[in-house]
Amino acid sequence: MPKITYIESTGEQRTIDVQKGLSVMEGAIQNKIPGIDADCGGGMACATCHVYVKEEWFNKLPKAEDGEQDMIDMAYEPKKNSRLSCQLIVSDELDGLVVTTPTKQT
Amino acid sequence: MIKTDVVIVGAGPVGLFAVHQLGIKGLKSEVIDNLDKAGGQCIELYPDKPIYDIAGIPECTGEELTKNLLEQIKPFKTNFHFNERVQEIKNDGNNWIVKTSKNKIFSSPNIIIAGGVGSFEPRKLSVKDAEKYEDKNVFYSVTDKNKFKGKNISIFGGGDSALDWALELSKTAKVTLIHRREEFRGAPHTLDELKKTGKVNIKTKYQLASIEGGEKIKSINIKSDDGKETKIETDYILSFFGLIMKLGPISEWGLNMDNKTIKVNTENFETNKKGIFAIGDICTYPGKLKLILSGFHEGALASVECFKRARPNEKYRFEFTTSSKEIQARLGVKNK
Repeated sequence: MPKITYIESTGEQRTIDVQKGLSVMEGAIQNKIPGIDADCGGGMACATCHVYVKEEWFNKLPKAEDGEQDMIDMAYEPKKNSRLSCQLIVSDELDGLVVTTPTKQT
Repeated sequence: MIKTDVVIVGAGPVGLFAVHQLGIKGLKSEVIDNLDKAGGQCIELYPDKPIYDIAGIPECTGEELTKNLLEQIKPFKTNFHFNERVQEIKNDGNNWIVKTSKNKIFSSPNIIIAGGVGSFEPRKLSVKDAEKYEDKNVFYSVTDKNKFKGKNISIFGGGDSALDWALELSKTAKVTLIHRREEFRGAPHTLDELKKTGKVNIKTKYQLASIEGGEKIKSINIKSDDGKETKIETDYILSFFGLIMKLGPISEWGLNMDNKTIKVNTENFETNKKGIFAIGDICTYPGKLKLILSGFHEGALASVECFKRARPNEKYRFEFTTSSKEIQARLGVKNK
């Protein structure tokens, strides 16, 4: 299974095996990773699963669609490398992905 | 004090259908919601997005679903209490006393919490001191536009609220519109108009970095992606970053919670407190699915227990809408 690393704003780091086909958000929720709220449940409608993607990974990911960008506008402290983790689907290509959660989601 | 059979917290699709299920049993409900209209997430988060899994409706938008549900419950002439949040609940013998943020008081044997993920509130600015100036120099909505006349206004956001207010206020004030990227999600024609009038200073690829001032705000600093800071004279900040959902006081009602959801039994969706039910996204039980259709089912079952509590001296009889004369009378069906 691909490994995804979640780093909290405090620096605490967890690497989890996430099943292919799940989103990075679902991987976090199922493993009770703090820092990702996912209020809308993956509908790209709330921006509370916002993460920062490590630079070298950011450019490798499929580009965010307009709807995702629109939601990131409303996220807590968005940056250039912001993504919604519900839109990142885990695959072999994403093995080793590192994401950091913001200090808070709302 | 408003006496009723059931107080429903939340006017989303599940709360609305609960009104129906209670109504056909002859029960009166009062609905409270923090938004200014019915529909909940359907109307606030995805009014235009098609939903494909409402039984019997191959495709409909959140807005259409809300409209149809409101049509379906029309016969029950339900009172809605919008822009109000339930603040406190208190037990009073067989009844619950419910108090809202506008100090409205309800008395009812039943409370159905159909609150989704919580009540919608504006997303606040995260910089230091934003809270200190809130409601004085920092606003998340406009109630009185006259106070901005002749002032320096900095508006944040890229949606319709930000664009519309930038255009409107630029007629009488000096407006700067700040957005974190080039693209705006608001209506393109509003943006075109803004650019055409040339009255609004548009700063894209900038975000708020800090606020400066004493009693009142004097200026703000905005920072671009590449770290460049710019100072803008500002009297008022208007921020439009949409709404977030907050569970709020519900978490203090002594209900058995699992993270941000309320544990219920699957027989009648009652919580650990007698007469308090939770349905829809806010409830949890083994196998729970956060689907609108699940919420409809949960409301139907909860309504039976509500009947028993509201009409302790009457026997509950299960009836079909197709054949029950009583239900049809409540629905105002004219028998042919």
